[in-house]
Amino acid sequence: MKFLEEKLVALDIPAETPEAAIKAAGDLLVASDLVESGYVEAMVESYRENGPYFVLAPQIALPHARPEDGVKEASVAFVRLKDPVVFGSAANDPVSLVFALGASTSDEHLLVMKELVMLLNNPEKVERLKNINSYEELKIVLGRN
Amino acid sequence: MKILCVCGLGQGTSLILRMNVEQALGEKGIMADVEHIDLSSATSMSADYIITSNELAESLQDHPAKVIIVNNYFDMDEINAAIENNIPA
Repeated sequence: MKFLEEKLVALDIPAETPEAAIKAAGDLLVASDLVESGYVEAMVESYRENGPYFVLAPQIALPHARPEDGVKEASVAFVRLKDPVVFGSAANDPVSLVFALGASTSDEHLLVMKELVMLLNNPEKVERLKNINSYEELKIVLGRN
Repeated sequence: MKILCVCGLGQGTSLILRMNVEQALGEKGIMADVEHIDLSSATSMSADYIITSNELAESLQDHPAKVIIVNNYFDMDEINAAIENNIPA
């Protein structure tokens, strides 16, 4: 599993549309060979079909698709958007923190999700995600130092 | 008691919701069978309660289960309140 490793994190990425924001985060998974490029298209397609239900909390989106859409390894990438983007979520717009989830059928999927829940259940850590300036600072938030 | 946590694909967000719902139920001592599942499968499954987002709740209006809406999946206070207001201990 790969959870928010250095190559899976990008800060202050410009995106004007939800599709561009999803793609920016998904492309990090593709670049690290964790998902196939078709998976990113499936994430965008899922947004168009099912709407913004994956905007799970104020400012936080978790785009994903199905394991069979091309996931090689359970993984999470993180993009912080330069400017917030409206996804159409009545409760939680606009989005500035995008976590692209490589959803796998393996046991590691559960571990990845637990890591993510532990991070995002903590309001103080979420606030720090909005203000970090480097991957080094993210590592401190994640408790990896 | 059967509870379905529902999202569009049944892979990611519904699993997150299930983790936090199970934690909340456990702290309240409520015994329940909690599953996470995609929207289309959920429509044909029987359950006592469905917990999901505002966006997907509209599609589940005709389901016989009581539908409970959670807006912030990471806010344990909201999840606790949603359970307390809807599910008898």
